[in-house]
Amino acid sequence: MKFCYYPGCSLRGTGRAYEESLLAVFQVLGVELQELADWNCCGATAYMSVDEVMACTLTARNLALAARSGLHQMVAPCSACFLALNKTKHAIAESPLIAQRVDEALQRAGLTYENGIAVRHPLDVLVTDVGLEAIRQRVRRPLTGFKIAPYYGCQIVRPYSPFDDQDRPATMDRLLQALGAEVLRYPLKTKCCGGSLTGTMAEIGLRLSYLLLREAAKRGANVISTVCPLCQFNLEAYQDDMARLWEPVRMPVLHFTQLMGIAFGLEPRQLGLQRGIVSVKPLLARLQEVAI
Amino acid sequence: MNLGSLRDVRIGFYVCHCGSNIAEKVDCTAVAQYIARLPGVIVSRDYKYMCSDPGQELIQQDIRKFELNRVVVASCSPLLHEPTFREAVAAAGLNRFFFQMVNIREHVSWVHTDRTAATAKARALARAAVQRVRHHQALEPLRAPIHPDTLVVGGGISGIHAALLLANSGRHVFLVEREPSIGGRMAQLDKTFPTLDCAACILTPKMSAVRNHPNITLWTYSEVEKVDGYVGNYTVTVRRKPRYVDEDLCVGCKECIEACVYKEGKFPDEFNVGLSLRKPVYMAFAQATPQVVVIDPERCLKLKTGKCKQTCLEACADRKAIDFTQQEQHTEIKVGNIIIATGFKTFDPHRIPQYRYGILPNVITSLELERMITASGPTAGEIRLRDGAHPKSVGFILCVGSRDSRHNRWCSRTCCMHSMKLAQLVREHTGAEVTIFYIDLRAPGKGYEEFLDRSLKMGIEFVRGRVAEVTDWAMTPEEEGKLVIRVEDTLAGFVRRIPLDLVVLAVGMEPHADAQDVRRLFNMSCGTEGWFLERHPKLAPVSTFTDGLFIAGCCQGPKDIPDSVAQAGAAAAEALSLIGRGYIEQEPNTAAVDATHCSGCKTCLPLCPYSAITFDETQHKAAVNPAICKGCGTCVAGCPSGSIDQNLFTDEEILAEITGLLASE
Repeated sequence: MKFCYYPGCSLRGTGRAYEESLLAVFQVLGVELQELADWNCCGATAYMSVDEVMACTLTARNLALAARSGLHQMVAPCSACFLALNKTKHAIAESPLIAQRVDEALQRAGLTYENGIAVRHPLDVLVTDVGLEAIRQRVRRPLTGFKIAPYYGCQIVRPYSPFDDQDRPATMDRLLQALGAEVLRYPLKTKCCGGSLTGTMAEIGLRLSYLLLREAAKRGANVISTVCPLCQFNLEAYQDDMARLWEPVRMPVLHFTQLMGIAFGLEPRQLGLQRGIVSVKPLLARLQEVAI
Repeated sequence: MNLGSLRDVRIGFYVCHCGSNIAEKVDCTAVAQYIARLPGVIVSRDYKYMCSDPGQELIQQDIRKFELNRVVVASCSPLLHEPTFREAVAAAGLNRFFFQMVNIREHVSWVHTDRTAATAKARALARAAVQRVRHHQALEPLRAPIHPDTLVVGGGISGIHAALLLANSGRHVFLVEREPSIGGRMAQLDKTFPTLDCAACILTPKMSAVRNHPNITLWTYSEVEKVDGYVGNYTVTVRRKPRYVDEDLCVGCKECIEACVYKEGKFPDEFNVGLSLRKPVYMAFAQATPQVVVIDPERCLKLKTGKCKQTCLEACADRKAIDFTQQEQHTEIKVGNIIIATGFKTFDPHRIPQYRYGILPNVITSLELERMITASGPTAGEIRLRDGAHPKSVGFILCVGSRDSRHNRWCSRTCCMHSMKLAQLVREHTGAEVTIFYIDLRAPGKGYEEFLDRSLKMGIEFVRGRVAEVTDWAMTPEEEGKLVIRVEDTLAGFVRRIPLDLVVLAVGMEPHADAQDVRRLFNMSCGTEGWFLERHPKLAPVSTFTDGLFIAGCCQGPKDIPDSVAQAGAAAAEALSLIGRGYIEQEPNTAAVDATHCSGCKTCLPLCPYSAITFDETQHKAAVNPAICKGCGTCVAGCPSGSIDQNLFTDEEILAEITGLLASE
């Protein structure tokens, strides 16, 4: 099994732990990821709002490069990249005008847009292509004592929900259950984390993240699992600020791939666990080594 | 009047404006002027409403004055007014089949936007009809007697009312109901809006009347399996499912239920929408009609495994009503008319995940609350939360599944009133605070607006806005342990969070899951939504496109009890009108074999879907039986020697029509 891999900027910045754990887990499962050569920015949500055609052109370049690589399935782990790439595919398919402008621009760079590239989220690849049974077989240390609030955020389910229910996604719930964790019913699983508001209108952004953390704590969670680098950052990095404004909330927020790595028995440094802001030591102490 | 030569035809042509329905897109005067120039046309006119009395009079006067012997009217669909104009022509002494109709409304003005092109099309269609009508022959309608019995399908309030009307007029009725008891949805209701009279008090006497009526054959736990024939002469096969209890021997004492090896009920009770549990042997509900128990073969140990102490048999003792050997029966009946009153199903709120039905235990449907509030229901009229406590605050969400482009676009028409009724009862029974979340309040019936007033006076609160979600996510101490409704209050202009103990989803109405099968079985049409289609929304609201087949109640579209009863009455009257006349007239569009040319090749025999063609072995000729022929024309097209012709569709008529259509102006 081999996929083209589009890291995006986050996974080389604040989301390094996401990339480290993703690559480690995929290697264990025997899924090859070949990084897209010469990839560029996805434009995220900001560029789309300013200039749709330019944003699509920027993103379409990555899809054209993927087509040239010969791998027609591209894994995009960051939710913003995943959405921007899918949005571009839809925009080009639905608007002949955008399609024409994008084609013209790409031609000048010697590239051709091909609409057959599937943009896949790693969660989808793991559950659909690899399968829960194969994952279960790799578990060396079941996540007993992990009470996880599964948090999906918005961008992988809205407006498109290519692999899960828009209102009640459950793919990650099933994955985490396969790892032996207790997955809590978390009605806020697709609510907003504040996104970039934590940087621009801090109080509103922080409040949204705080509500997510508080509800997870109230439901007895000892860790939150995320699929998105921005959600992870918002939820974990501002816990001190939140404690000053409201009640204290202290909880590690991990990428789902990190939780998989822990269950697979991988070393903490392979999974970037040392990069976290909130210590995972009390959590890891709950694990029991199971001899297999 | 049979004409010796086509040269003697004297045609009158009339084009109808249909108010502005046709005239807006077709230049009717120009069409009339154009047709006037065609050979054989003696008079050509346009008129505002051809179907009106003066319009018909115009045709009749012309027939007398100009000695017309052919008439063409260009107006609406023949489905609507062909009988009208044929009658008018006949009243003036002309054979009714010397008439041809052209549809320039549904086929032209309603579907085209370009007036010039539409007028050209109307001219071509009219020209074709004028060419065709020259070849028309004098025919007489076929007459067949009408069987005086009627089949009513569905034993809810509509079916019950229709059956009783027919039976009271002295006609025999077969009432077929799929469930073990008649009563339908109305039997599940506590009180009815806007008068708050008890549903059982007005329904159960009618159920009992059905059971005891000498003119009604009541078959519950039965389904229609096959329908053959046509108006006046339907042959229907009814499948009677085994209830493993002899209906004539069971006295409804329920001792077998007591005695069942299951000491407690174990399976969700259908009548109480799962709020109580029943045993494998059960009575549908206390007032079930007939008062006969039924054994569920999926649940009964004896029927499932063969291993059971069969304590029920002992309890039944000498009555010997229980019969585990009972088999499915197929009974064939003959009826002249059929009334379909198969009702609806409620919208499944699992389809709106934001309301978390099935996840949060105190989110229930309006039908569940209805059962709870009923004195004879599973909680004996007590409104309780799942933990047994009494709710202090109750919210109703309207339009659940209705008026929503993601689900059903239609208004279910009863939920506003039904929710207000439940809200009033909740207020009276518990004193709880009640809030109704609506997008529009629809209370247009007699006494309904007054009922809304009463709701307001009782202190029921109304919030305008479609509820975004129901959650157990508490943000404030008041919200702890409660359900929270998030809604944009569109009158106050902001998003509100309202904590409540109980949330009631006013689920809308939908066609039954097997409505399409029923439609095919009875050869009906459905609208795009899946409701059975009436022949005309205003003027034939209970007729269908199949003669002798009528619809009543919610299978035709959402409606409340008064409207359902009114439709049931109308359907019964339509059936009685046909029965009273005693015969039906059929289109004489049958096929006939010209024996002189028939080569006896037998090609036509297997082609006929109705087995209407017989073969005379001695003469070596085929013959069509006109009493059985349905006029489908298959044999006409299939005959290699062209020796079968069909009335109203002779080769001359069809070729003339085509020639007229394609002729240049």
